[in-house]
Amino acid sequence: MNDPRPIAKPFLLTALVLLVLAALFGLLASFSYLFPEWGKQSFGFIRLRPMHATAALCWIFVGATGAVYSAIEHKFPGSLSRTLIRVQWALWIVALVGAFGCYSLGIFGGREYWEFPPVVALPIALSWLIMLVHFARVMRNRGSWPVYQWMWMTGIAFFLFTFIENYLWLFPYFRAELITDLTIQWKVNGSMVGAWNQMLYGTSIFLMVRISGNDQLAKSRMAFFLYFLGLFNLMFNWGHHIYTLPTDAYVKYFGYLVSMTEWFILLRMLYLWRSSLSDYRKHSFYFPYRFMIAAEVWLLLNLFQALLMSIPAINLYTHGTHVTVAHAMGTTIGINTMILFAAMFTFLEKDIPQRIFPLLSKTFFLMQGSLLLFWISLLAAGIARGQWQINANERSFAEMMQDLQPMFITLVASGTLLTAALMVFAGCLGWYARPGR
Amino acid sequence: MKTPLVPFVLLCMAFMAYTISIYQRPLRQPVPASEAGRIAQGRLVWQKYNCQSCHQLFGLGGYLGPDLTNLLSVPGKDANYLKAFVRSGIRQMPAFDIPEEELELLVDFLRAADRSGKASPANFRIKSDGMIEAHE
Repeated sequence: MNDPRPIAKPFLLTALVLLVLAALFGLLASFSYLFPEWGKQSFGFIRLRPMHATAALCWIFVGATGAVYSAIEHKFPGSLSRTLIRVQWALWIVALVGAFGCYSLGIFGGREYWEFPPVVALPIALSWLIMLVHFARVMRNRGSWPVYQWMWMTGIAFFLFTFIENYLWLFPYFRAELITDLTIQWKVNGSMVGAWNQMLYGTSIFLMVRISGNDQLAKSRMAFFLYFLGLFNLMFNWGHHIYTLPTDAYVKYFGYLVSMTEWFILLRMLYLWRSSLSDYRKHSFYFPYRFMIAAEVWLLLNLFQALLMSIPAINLYTHGTHVTVAHAMGTTIGINTMILFAAMFTFLEKDIPQRIFPLLSKTFFLMQGSLLLFWISLLAAGIARGQWQINANERSFAEMMQDLQPMFITLVASGTLLTAALMVFAGCLGWYARPGR
Repeated sequence: MKTPLVPFVLLCMAFMAYTISIYQRPLRQPVPASEAGRIAQGRLVWQKYNCQSCHQLFGLGGYLGPDLTNLLSVPGKDANYLKAFVRSGIRQMPAFDIPEEELELLVDFLRAADRSGKASPANFRIKSDGMIEAHE
């Protein structure tokens, strides 16, 4: 059997560059909350927000792709095709250059989170199709799959499906009826999050099996039960995004009911919390494990928040407010980014000198603390905005935004610290794992 | 654990049936042909100028500006008000150099959004099962 090759390193390094860009663009965009006129006729919020969102999403997609390929290479050394991986990576680079080039020139045309002109989506779709074919080729005839292989397959297939569905608006049939259009847009957004979570949670189970040496973690009935619960939610729980949309009642009720099944996951996590804590004490020196535990804490907080927001009576007060942004940031940074860092450390750790570990250890806690403050400031801004929405006629939008200034100052300050912490980790991983070192 | 192919296939079939039922909504709620073309083009103008980056429709979109779903039915805020704002900008909003024809399409799109329902949370009541419902 061959040793694992660093075959997915281009994906991991590209993902780290995207993380740095996402953090920087996000920080620059947040200045608009404090200095309204700042760069508005040139590089203002209208260009920086899509740059931030696309870089952040692509950090997750490209990072997840790199993590899944690295995991496959560790499990089945020599099985992956270097050519297919290079072609897939090149397609991503073409798409990223196209997307950021368009944003820089102020050329838009796409949907929220995918604001680049639709033609730029073609290399992304093609790249994902190659990954699906590649995965199917490598995994066929491998006997009974552990749950993480199911999760990877599900994530790859459903990402491709939802990504194509994301462009149904190109047909006037879908675009002319606004309510259907918005329903499909949020069906896509909800399911796509489920798809990338399947890839990332699958990777985290793979890492847990690797750390603990207990293969049963990925083969038990409970592991598969939780996989199917996740799949069920990926497919059907997106309705909680659109309770205020005048769409068909069955869509809202179904979304409401399916969302509530996630209480099971929350209660199970609380039940297992004590044993997780004792495991943490044993392995806390080990960076991948530390990031996994951070992801678990953020999952607990965000799942509780998501469950509350999925109750329509509560959602009414949080919908369209910064509470939703808090949830998006809490999940993409708190959960997805922590899992990706755990994977990056697992696959790149041998490149990193031990002498910088004390710096990274301090930065780890700076990252968690600043993210917590960032999250709380968004929640506070969202609650205040929610109150304004319910009494919308009493004060103007501009007056309400002015009242939120203390929250926005906290947001920018904590965001600056968070950006610094993310850049230290991304910089160290990228620098020591760079090609030719 | 045996390969759980059957529940996977069943779930995928249910998902596809649900998806198709959602795709058929325009057949159940048809838009008059005379309006459909302009609304569909107006949606593209909304995207071309990236209005969604700051503004929302039914609470979905950006957070820097106000929700625009029912802007055109607010007393005193008609199409001319909207056009003036787009051309001049305010606070974080830049001044857009946008042709009149595109502005008209944008107005038609926002009129259709306004007709489709009320977006303000103040317009909803909470039912006993926790679901919310728009006031008639």
